[in-house]
Amino acid sequence: MNAIINYLKELFGGIKTLLTGMSVTGYYFVHPKAIITQQYPENRKTLKMFDRFKGEVTMPHDENNQHKCTACSICEINCPNGSIEVISKQVEKEDGKTKKELDIYKYHLDMCTFCGICIKVCPQDAIIFSQGFEHAVFNKAKLIKTLNKPGSSLKEKVKEVKEVI
Amino acid sequence: MEDLIITGPGIQDEEYIVNMGPQHPSTHGVLRLKIALKGETVERIEPHCGYIHRGIEKMCERLTYQQMIHLTDRMDYLSAHINNEAVCLLVENALQIEVPERVKYIRTILDELTRLASHELWWCAFGMDLGALTTYFYGLRDREPILDIFEETTGARLLQSFNVPGGLMNDIHPNFQKRVKEYITYFRKKLPEYDELLTGNVILQERTRDVGNLSLEDAISWGVTGPSGRASGFACDVRKHHPYSAYDKVDFNEILYTKGDSFHRYDARVREMWESLKILEQLIDNIPEGDYAVKMKPIIRLPEGEYYQRVEACRGEFGVYILSTGDKWPYRAKFRSPNFSNLSAINKMAAGFKIADLVAIGGSLDLVIPDIDR
Amino acid sequence: MAFNIYDLTSFNQSIDKFLYDNLPSFWAMIVEMTIIGVAFLLFYAVIGLFLVYAERKVCAFIQNRVGPNRVGPYGIFQTIADFIKLLMKEIIPIRKADQFLFNLAPFIVIIASFMAIAAIPFGLGLHAIDLNIGIFYVMAVSSLGVIGVLLAGWSSNNKYSLIGAMRSGAQIVSYELSVGLSMVTIVVLAGSMQLSEIVEAQRNGWFIFTGHVPAFIAFIIFMIASTAETNRGPFDLAEAESELTAGFHTEYSGIKFAFFFLAEYMNMFIVASIATTLFWGGWMPLHIGGWEGFNHVMDIIPPFFWYMGKTLVVIFLMMWFKWTFPRLRIDQLLKLEWKYLLPVNLFNLILMALVVLMKWHF
Repeated sequence: MNAIINYLKELFGGIKTLLTGMSVTGYYFVHPKAIITQQYPENRKTLKMFDRFKGEVTMPHDENNQHKCTACSICEINCPNGSIEVISKQVEKEDGKTKKELDIYKYHLDMCTFCGICIKVCPQDAIIFSQGFEHAVFNKAKLIKTLNKPGSSLKEKVKEVKEVI
Repeated sequence: MEDLIITGPGIQDEEYIVNMGPQHPSTHGVLRLKIALKGETVERIEPHCGYIHRGIEKMCERLTYQQMIHLTDRMDYLSAHINNEAVCLLVENALQIEVPERVKYIRTILDELTRLASHELWWCAFGMDLGALTTYFYGLRDREPILDIFEETTGARLLQSFNVPGGLMNDIHPNFQKRVKEYITYFRKKLPEYDELLTGNVILQERTRDVGNLSLEDAISWGVTGPSGRASGFACDVRKHHPYSAYDKVDFNEILYTKGDSFHRYDARVREMWESLKILEQLIDNIPEGDYAVKMKPIIRLPEGEYYQRVEACRGEFGVYILSTGDKWPYRAKFRSPNFSNLSAINKMAAGFKIADLVAIGGSLDLVIPDIDR
Repeated sequence: MAFNIYDLTSFNQSIDKFLYDNLPSFWAMIVEMTIIGVAFLLFYAVIGLFLVYAERKVCAFIQNRVGPNRVGPYGIFQTIADFIKLLMKEIIPIRKADQFLFNLAPFIVIIASFMAIAAIPFGLGLHAIDLNIGIFYVMAVSSLGVIGVLLAGWSSNNKYSLIGAMRSGAQIVSYELSVGLSMVTIVVLAGSMQLSEIVEAQRNGWFIFTGHVPAFIAFIIFMIASTAETNRGPFDLAEAESELTAGFHTEYSGIKFAFFFLAEYMNMFIVASIATTLFWGGWMPLHIGGWEGFNHVMDIIPPFFWYMGKTLVVIFLMMWFKWTFPRLRIDQLLKLEWKYLLPVNLFNLILMALVVLMKWHF
């Protein structure tokens, strides 16, 4: 007798657990409001990344086409993957002194791991992360970017130097 | 047809050798399991690793301690923040730096959020391994808000690299506390659904109970840690027994079972999610004011000697060993990854069970393959 | 009912008469067969495509997703696009495969499901062949598909495929029993094996209501066993993707894979049709005794729509199972059959016989 009771208990207990599971999935079937899918290319206009999002390294330029980079190469030294190349040139000033200036700031997006050390260590805050995330290209060479714009120059009077961590 | 018969040392006649992986839907990555079958029964399993070996330990020998951190993310990518913390704690302890209380709290909160996200992903993948495909989307749905919290504060969803020796990259975002609190109330409502959908389900119970048992002795001798080890009764929670960060200030239970079968490994993780919520609730309102990092020298040189630091990652004990010669980079770095030890016990667990059980056992171990190969 | 506007019998007979009057009887038969064949082929393709779309939408809503929504409004052309893709894909030849059997297997699977559809009454007069042993024929034909599965598994020369095929064999042999017995339960109640008569017997009430408890138990058992017979989740052991990658059809590509894929959905449709015919009154509208006005309103809806509506509900039930439950293990699958379903089924059959004898049914 006990065996039969156990048998039935097992049978109906099992069916009950199955119905509980089905009630969960059934609930979501009839509640389309629970859908969380973002329809990506359509919502591109309204899609806003968080302001700390690490998209890619960029160098902001002001309205006079000036940046803050002094070509000190601290970012290049600190980069773990060698994705930054700072190429500097010697420029002769009006007073006859030569000064090191940024020529090309090469950024290899294909090698970058977005660790954020370069931005952390930059004493001038010359580079920041932008929020762009659509990096797909057909040619790998396009991922090697020059961050300083052509004809740009160093912003004068960069006084306060941020402490290095 | 002769060339179809695999011969070689250790392969007996009448054995049906099946390669599970390196490309197989249930190995969650490029793990290769060479399985000797007899009918549907698994005779023995030979795991072959190394398909995603990237030489992280070797690479660390030429990177400074700040640069090393972003590589630790890429081992167990689901507990990225915890791995970072291990290196940071090691450096801080070696230099005897006391980090601010605020840093400790934030690190602990992020640790537990990482653990929740990881366990949610494990839960959905486990369901999918057993054929319940819907769980996958429910788990990912609940993991998404956590990733948003990470993204807002750390700037990245998965590989945060948010820890630096001496503190954190950045202070928490002003929205952080509000969002975490919202998430706790949200997930407290959703977590019972996990039990209704899968834990209580008679098919799951049948599939996992008494499958892949691992005794306490075996768990200890194979070094199975984390929820998998605790299901066998191995009290190995580093958070409890060797507290770091703010874990000594919170009250939580170490989930311990004795049987060590797949179901208890499953249940240990689900219960751990409740405990993580408990820890988060205790910490989130009490983050003390203060700095988010102490000032460190730009170049860190560890004094000569050997250092070891362990933390409780999502899958078990994660250890960092560093041998320093006083240089700015380590002479030798070694990572003790929990998955490697957990995987090694799979032959002990799965031999004698069916091939479908092997999938359940592998799922209940929650393997992350890049962590095995490093 | 004096006159049924939707009765197609006279229309069919007039076509039949017209053909036999104008053509030699041999050619008339050929033409008739061709018409029916083309009609079924079209029906088959449309239903197959629709079911794939429906399944994807249903599982998407269950999983908090939107599902296919790019090709056409609400993604309704998605399956057509997929089908064109499958048609254009390369058929990868397997060098070590048993070529003849390898190529034969998808056809066996699809022909088996195609044959079963012939005996199903879709409406009054919409019936290709009305065999007097209709149920028997459907059962026999629908289980032929397993031969194709076994052949596919064997001839692929792939270890996963072979394991999948073996599982499928064991599964269908055992579950055929439950399907048969639950059908027999209804045959006891209906007193006939002819499908049209079974439907006719449900004019004043569907068997699931008139047969109450035993019919309901039989329905549940039929649903479980037939889900297993169609190799659908939670009984999809033959193609268990997390264990055997894709089981018996791992090595198939292009249109041959599409055959397996379509056959799976058609089998689901056939099983649901049988469930509708046996338990839910086939194409019979819902009639409630004494409510004349209500019954008249119900009669206005064409029988074909009644039939499709009920079938789709049953199919939805099967999809709901699949997207909720984890997969069983092979020994548990057999345990479920031999320990639970079979004894309950036998007991249920006796109960039904008792109910019929004592006239306890409505």
